[in-house]
Amino acid sequence: MKAVIEIRTSPHLHSGRSVDSIMRNVVYTLLPICCYSVWLFGVSALLLIATTTSACMLVEHLSCRMSGKESSLNDFSVIITGILLGLTLPPGLPLWMAAVGAFIAVAPGKMIFGGLGFNVFNPALVGRAFLQAAFPVAMTRYTHVLAPHRFTQFIPSTLAAPFLKPLDTITGATPLMLQKFDHITTDTWTLFLGERAGSSGETCAILILLCGLYLIARKMMDWRIPAAMLLGALLTGAAYHLSNPARCPGPFFILFSGGLMLGAMFMATDPVASPVTPRGMWIYGLLMGLITVLIRFAGGLPEGVMYSILLGNALSPLIDKVTQPRAYGERKLKVVTT
Amino acid sequence: MSLMQMFTGKRLDRGLHVPDHKEATQHLPIRRLPFAPTLVVPLLQHTGAPAIPIVREGQEVVRGEPIAKAGGFVSVPMHAPATGRVTRMTLAPGPRGDLIPAIYIDPYQSASQEILYGAYQDIEQMTPEQIVAAVQETGVVGLGGAAFPTHVKLRPPEGKPVDTVVVNGCECEPYLTTDHRVMLEQAAEVLHGARIAMRALRAGRAVVGVEDNKPDALKALREALGGARDIAIESVAAKYPQGAEKMLVKVLLNREIPSGGLPADVGLAVFNVATLAQVGELLPLRRGLIERVVTIAGPGVRKPGNYLIALGTPLRWALERAEIDPDASSIILGGPMMGSAAASLELPITKGVTGILVLAKGASNGHSRIYPCIHCAACVDVCPMHLNPSHLGLLARKDRYEEMETDYHLADCFECGCCSYVCPSHIPLVQHFRVAKQMNRERKARA
Repeated sequence: MKAVIEIRTSPHLHSGRSVDSIMRNVVYTLLPICCYSVWLFGVSALLLIATTTSACMLVEHLSCRMSGKESSLNDFSVIITGILLGLTLPPGLPLWMAAVGAFIAVAPGKMIFGGLGFNVFNPALVGRAFLQAAFPVAMTRYTHVLAPHRFTQFIPSTLAAPFLKPLDTITGATPLMLQKFDHITTDTWTLFLGERAGSSGETCAILILLCGLYLIARKMMDWRIPAAMLLGALLTGAAYHLSNPARCPGPFFILFSGGLMLGAMFMATDPVASPVTPRGMWIYGLLMGLITVLIRFAGGLPEGVMYSILLGNALSPLIDKVTQPRAYGERKLKVVTT
Repeated sequence: MSLMQMFTGKRLDRGLHVPDHKEATQHLPIRRLPFAPTLVVPLLQHTGAPAIPIVREGQEVVRGEPIAKAGGFVSVPMHAPATGRVTRMTLAPGPRGDLIPAIYIDPYQSASQEILYGAYQDIEQMTPEQIVAAVQETGVVGLGGAAFPTHVKLRPPEGKPVDTVVVNGCECEPYLTTDHRVMLEQAAEVLHGARIAMRALRAGRAVVGVEDNKPDALKALREALGGARDIAIESVAAKYPQGAEKMLVKVLLNREIPSGGLPADVGLAVFNVATLAQVGELLPLRRGLIERVVTIAGPGVRKPGNYLIALGTPLRWALERAEIDPDASSIILGGPMMGSAAASLELPITKGVTGILVLAKGASNGHSRIYPCIHCAACVDVCPMHLNPSHLGLLARKDRYEEMETDYHLADCFECGCCSYVCPSHIPLVQHFRVAKQMNRERKARA
């Protein structure tokens, strides 16, 4: 028998789950969505996603170096941020803008708070929100899907040089724009399959749904948040539709249009920026669904997923605080009678 | 009770399914281990005051003879685990790496080791007070691991009558199968012990809870019960940590023991099956507790099993009989979820030792990289006490120990280990909470 005895504290077993394996699986799950995006929008989308991902990784690596810490690239979380940022941008966005967005997402969006686990907002959405504010024109230029030469030619705006007026692109409006500004409702089936204009990875609702369900089945994502967000949007959308059927399309249009599915499945579920209590998750999700639809129908913008999630992120510490679970055997507050 | 429970039967709402590894030992009958050359009987094997020795160095003792008397009401006597000679009365290694006073006995290898002490007593003729005193004389303490003197639980506080005795046959810790074997082999004693407890407490009924992964134990108990109506035997869906008394009373009877309270606060007294089996066996004969069943298991032993071991047997002796892997280095007393690592192989087996596990290297989370908390809420979803381990962990990181207790129910954590088990960031949450509780105790002591 060896002289050495290991002394550790209980529990002496572990489930074997690990942050890096969860994050790695999320990355794998995002790949089919990336592939479909490249199928729809061609090499521009490929280059866009590659740019955001590599820029995010570079920024995280450098900021770790600057703060004297070990590089945190191997936890895979920044790769998710990079891919998600790419998927939420218009496919023809100039690459230099995408790189700026990646810098904003990771440097002030994540690393300044202390890196993984400490960010207040979903980093990818911080980057996107910055781009939306800084480059409103480029961020609302959407390209037609399935352009004939998409695999051999870039969308002209992709390679625009910094701070120069991008070349004109043939633009297609997203279903939400068509609905809001031209009152044309795209049919649900098209939305479902994703052959429509939009951000590079948000278009195919069914694919995103399946990828999300895979992560839920592997218990790597919490089902309550996407369920609550979709339910919130569905209910609010249904209320609008019933009050004004001519003006507001049905709840299925709400669910499958814009970035709702991508947002609900992959953005709102960022565990770091969402509540941990069971009731808190429902409130958070329902609230985001509600705000998304309110922005779409009552606000000035065609789409509200990004702002609703950022707002939900901001509120999640507060939601957590007011939804602490009732502990087993917790004594009821005694009423002091004087 | 939730709607879900009505359809799925009795089950714990939180907690988790841990691979139970019970298949290695659950079918093995209890076997007696030979006496070690020296037995070490610590005077404090239970919660409460240490026992007071009543033997001298050099004295010859007979198996079952009292060698120490109870040091107060919350204390129990000790009995000689073997016929032999008291060689030393000195300090022995304790489970926490400390030293505790103990009686060393060298068994006579040629003695018959027959138990001569004791006399028949008729439980039916005894008052509850006499039963409590008699149970104290047996030296029986909670054999499920807590080692709390059993007779103390048989005398509930004034004004808190106990209506139901709860018998805990869950044994939810992985690897351990002692309770399982005791229920199979001593079903009648378990029920007899339960009836003695009912009599002492003037309780009208008893409920036995057994996890459904032990169908043979359920069957044995039901057969032993026959047509009697005073005891109910309930199957509960297996889930860790259902064997914790707070969990079991919630599952079986839907009663919640208030925070900081006792089962008596909700009219209950909870006993482990092995404890009651010993009460049922020893009390009618006025004998003392001198041995117990211990599961020796884990990947590091070649002959796992359930062994009836004389109290005071050193771990090394027991593990060598079970053919421990010479390279083994991680030895756990109790189950793998709540047990503690043995600091020395010279430790004696005491009344509270349910199992000895020899785990493989790296079985624990100790070697993995610790990531920051990603707020994934896995711990919140498994905490059986409905606490928020995620937030407690973050507060512990900032040394905000007082807030953990006042605002987040730290004191209710019973360290079941579910949160640490599931944490993908490998944060040693339970250890953080132990430290926090200790810091709070020290702060209060200073105040």
